[in-house]
Amino acid sequence: MSESRQRIWAPLLILVALVILWETLVTAFNIQQFLLPKPSAILGNLAQVVVTGGTASADESGAERSLNNRFFVVLPGRLTPEVEEHLQSARWLEFPIGGRSVHVVRGSNLTPILAASWFTLKEALGGMAMGTLAGVAVALATTRWTASREALLPFAIAANSMPIIAFAPIMNNWFGIDNPFSKMAIVTVMIFFPIMINTLRGLISVDSRSLELMHSYAAGDSEILFKLRIPNALPSLFSGLKVAGALAMIGAIVGEYFGGPRIALGVFITQEAALFRFASAWAAIIVACLIGITIYLVILLAERLALPWHPTFRK
Amino acid sequence: MTEPVVVLENVDKIFGEGAEDQVQALQEINLQIEQNDFVSLIGPSGCGKSTLLRVVGDLIQPSSGDTTINGKSARQARLDQDYGIVFQAATLYDWRTVAKNVQLPLELMQFSRSEKDRRTQAMLELVELTDFAAHFPWQLSGGMQQRVAIARALSFEPSILLMDEPFGALDEMTRERLNLELLNIWRKTGTTVIFVTHSITEAVFLSTRVIVMSARPGRITADIAIDLPQPRNSETRSNVRFFELETEVRDALRISEGGREVSQVSA
Ligand SMILES: Nc1ncnc2c1ncn2[C@@H]1O[C@H](COP(=O)(O)OP(=O)(O)OP(=O)(O)O)[C@@H](O)[C@H]1O
Ligand SMILES: [Mg+2]
Repeated sequence: MSESRQRIWAPLLILVALVILWETLVTAFNIQQFLLPKPSAILGNLAQVVVTGGTASADESGAERSLNNRFFVVLPGRLTPEVEEHLQSARWLEFPIGGRSVHVVRGSNLTPILAASWFTLKEALGGMAMGTLAGVAVALATTRWTASREALLPFAIAANSMPIIAFAPIMNNWFGIDNPFSKMAIVTVMIFFPIMINTLRGLISVDSRSLELMHSYAAGDSEILFKLRIPNALPSLFSGLKVAGALAMIGAIVGEYFGGPRIALGVFITQEAALFRFASAWAAIIVACLIGITIYLVILLAERLALPWHPTFRK
Repeated sequence: MTEPVVVLENVDKIFGEGAEDQVQALQEINLQIEQNDFVSLIGPSGCGKSTLLRVVGDLIQPSSGDTTINGKSARQARLDQDYGIVFQAATLYDWRTVAKNVQLPLELMQFSRSEKDRRTQAMLELVELTDFAAHFPWQLSGGMQQRVAIARALSFEPSILLMDEPFGALDEMTRERLNLELLNIWRKTGTTVIFVTHSITEAVFLSTRVIVMSARPGRITADIAIDLPQPRNSETRSNVRFFELETEVRDALRISEGGREVSQVSA
């Protein structure tokens, strides 16, 4: 077996083994599902038919749109036989409850979870973009104007030691709870420091001989920056990005715990847990993990493309 | 007579501070190097050869004394891009391919695209690395990396070449071939070379002058004119005068070191 194949199969085998162990232990010790649902229940939740409802809407596409925009689960999956039967043939059903019209749409819980994930992912990515821009800009400025290093570094460290739990509600107040920008701001502050400090390290930890070579050609500051410092900083910028990628999803979800639109993943998880739909909450957590891993892999791929010369890729 | 290319007057270099840490790397260096001289520096490890080269190249400032290069300050000479330097370590940029590394000075000096390509091509041929143009430095052996560094220094035909043990990591055959190539370039371009080496044979074969240094403090202890006929070639090595000069340099080294490090140096 080739080495790269082994690198894929080994973790997969361990994952499968862990899932099987999890399932057996939960069954064997009869663990309550609010403590830990079985993996099969979580997966089943992603596949099963659930009932979701939106506000009154006349046509099917409108119902789906409302689903995507501000869905909420109205029933935990127990349907009257009539509704069940109707949904066998139709994709959706409309019936009146207490003077309002409620749509029952056939679909799995995956749909709302994915919609919520997409919403939160956009917050995470937006925050990552802003945090990266800010971090790189400050790192460049502190390299260019050495004096600014002493001036800016304390603020960067202060930003880094700011407890995100305390910071999140403030951002929600500033930008509005439903405004995705409030979560982006949280993510920005969270990832600013790892990006800034890693980039700065790469920019200033230039080999002294390499620098002398530039001086021997009478290269100017900007030539040294573009031809030496920035290429030298790219590997550590990518290490910073990997840390930031993991933090970004966490930051967005934690921000949503303190309030956000119903469509957000953090809100979804809190609500599902509050309604004792633990399998559904766990399913959302697992999707969040998968997204985190995907972000990491995308950064890894970008790194591979951007740094074909880097020692990590030497064969 | 044209004015000398390099003039060093009473140059001292002291590293470190406080009596404990101070190292006198150079002491009272007085040196004049004429246009198109080929000067070798030889001396035991740590005697200040690299330091002297770096003072000439304006990469470090002397603690005292004056340096005049091409009739101007060393700093001005550096800003005028008079120097081509081959460092003791290859100092290639990891993110640049072999060809791109050779091109670095050409890029900085705004050579036209076609000129850049032409020179890169010619230099890679010279150091026999054409097939490795697209490789990255880590894919090369130490000797190959050093050859890239040599190609890079020669590519823009600097008026002064400062070479710090450029052939140290090479096998004997490559070394001899590059010795001849270097002499070729030196003759053709009229450049002035300061060349650090640990090999007495190489110093005598290449140079018009061999300067012997002693350690702690680094001083010039002998300045030996090499009056072998030009151009140098394989016959040079069998010239009786060649052996006499080799012996002269070896004796000068022995005296400067009290005989201690001579066997190491001449090995
Ligand atoms: N940047 C520095 N800081 C402090 N001391 C230095 C520095 N560079 C060189 N030295 C000291 O100066 C002395 C001369 O060093 P240099 O590198 O010039 O020797 P060298 O003749 O080139 O030796 P080698 O043949 O081993 O390359 C040594 O004692 C060294 O420790
Ligand atoms: Mg040296």
